[in-house]
Amino acid sequence: MPVTRGFSGRPRRGRPDRLPPGQYDTGRDWPVLTAEVAPVVDPARWSLTVDGEVERSTTWSWEELHALPGSTYDGDIHCVTTWSMLETSFTGVSVDVLLDAAGPTASATHVMAHATTGYTTNLPLADLRGGRAWVVWEHEGRPLPAEHGGPVRLLVPHLYFWKSAKWVTRLELMDRDRPGFWEANGYHDRGDPWLEQRYQGDP
Amino acid sequence: MSTASTAAAPVGRWTTGRAVEVVHEGTALLRVRLEVADRVDHLPGQHYVVRLRADDGYTAQRSYSVASDPGDPLLELLVEHLPGGEVSGFLHEVLEVGDVLELRGPIGGWFTWGGAGDLVPAVCVVGGTGVVPAVAMLRHARRLGVSDRLRVVAVGRTRAALPYAEELGAAGALVALTRENLTGADGSVRVAAPPYVDEVRDLVEGVDRAYVCGSAGFASFATRLLGEAGMRATGIRVEQFGASG
Repeated sequence: MPVTRGFSGRPRRGRPDRLPPGQYDTGRDWPVLTAEVAPVVDPARWSLTVDGEVERSTTWSWEELHALPGSTYDGDIHCVTTWSMLETSFTGVSVDVLLDAAGPTASATHVMAHATTGYTTNLPLADLRGGRAWVVWEHEGRPLPAEHGGPVRLLVPHLYFWKSAKWVTRLELMDRDRPGFWEANGYHDRGDPWLEQRYQGDP
Repeated sequence: MSTASTAAAPVGRWTTGRAVEVVHEGTALLRVRLEVADRVDHLPGQHYVVRLRADDGYTAQRSYSVASDPGDPLLELLVEHLPGGEVSGFLHEVLEVGDVLELRGPIGGWFTWGGAGDLVPAVCVVGGTGVVPAVAMLRHARRLGVSDRLRVVAVGRTRAALPYAEELGAAGALVALTRENLTGADGSVRVAAPPYVDEVRDLVEGVDRAYVCGSAGFASFATRLLGEAGMRATGIRVEQFGASG
């Protein structure tokens, strides 16, 4: 592709290794991007279910989830709309704990994350394993705001942030891949920011 | 929300576009009309990514909604000059007719109207540069002779700050200015205020779908307004933009 006449760009920041290609550092500004009306989710009535291709379909209430061993992610997040937020933190529970409780069957390969709104996003099961995914309710020590998916959202920070479903309520294990909401609308099935897997057809 | 659009929306790969018209509208708005190589026709509501490339390989890219009708031989994008905006600043200050930009699009299959079998009665409540997809929808509806199926509420601070204000007014949109009074063609004056529920209720009547586009603050206002006017939440599609200069 050609160089753009007259474009030099912002001064390169000190940590270009932290930014995937095509991303910029949003600083402490966290843009809100949602395809739907932010719901009011009452923790007292909310629950999280892991089902589908599992040995034991399991549901946790808000209190039961908080009683599990906690886990914090310290690191970066990357949105497909090109902002990245560096050195942020989220606290909740590791998805490994939930999957271990439910016991994926041998045929489980993918997961559909469902939100209370009906929003869905698909992920390879392997991307939710190995301490790389969380269900979180705190951001930088405070309750997760509703517009950012509060009271509770999925967090898969090594993939573009649309995979981190806001207002998550169900992880459905599947024996094959199936497109979620944005994926059916042209976005990538995996969404690795370092490979720039933004849209269907990207490598 | 749980169902995908009826037909798959068109998707375009990376290509290039040559600026044919570069029109400054006041100090903050820029209309760019491009001749796009191997263009894939879009649906109203879809967007394009513009990518700038420095000679050391550094790139910056941002998304812009399409203002043009798919039947337009050129692709029209509206660019607001954001403070410190890396891409918008370049486009405003440097771009000239004849320059070539990297483009990717069309993109987006959710915030669209007018695909095959999808010309449903709809209302748009849009604010600031969020009016752009509604402009594409209005132009599309006019060309197809179905303008009666689309109702638009366009909200801006002032007439000068509202993109396409004249075109929106001429197309019958309800224009609501929040910082100055607006005198209508018939001499009536609408006092500066956000749109009222009473102004919107009739527009929601018999409508299956609503489109909300604007800043995060505007989007929450507009979805609340639509709800109070009787629109069911599941029929509302939202496109928000945050700071992404």
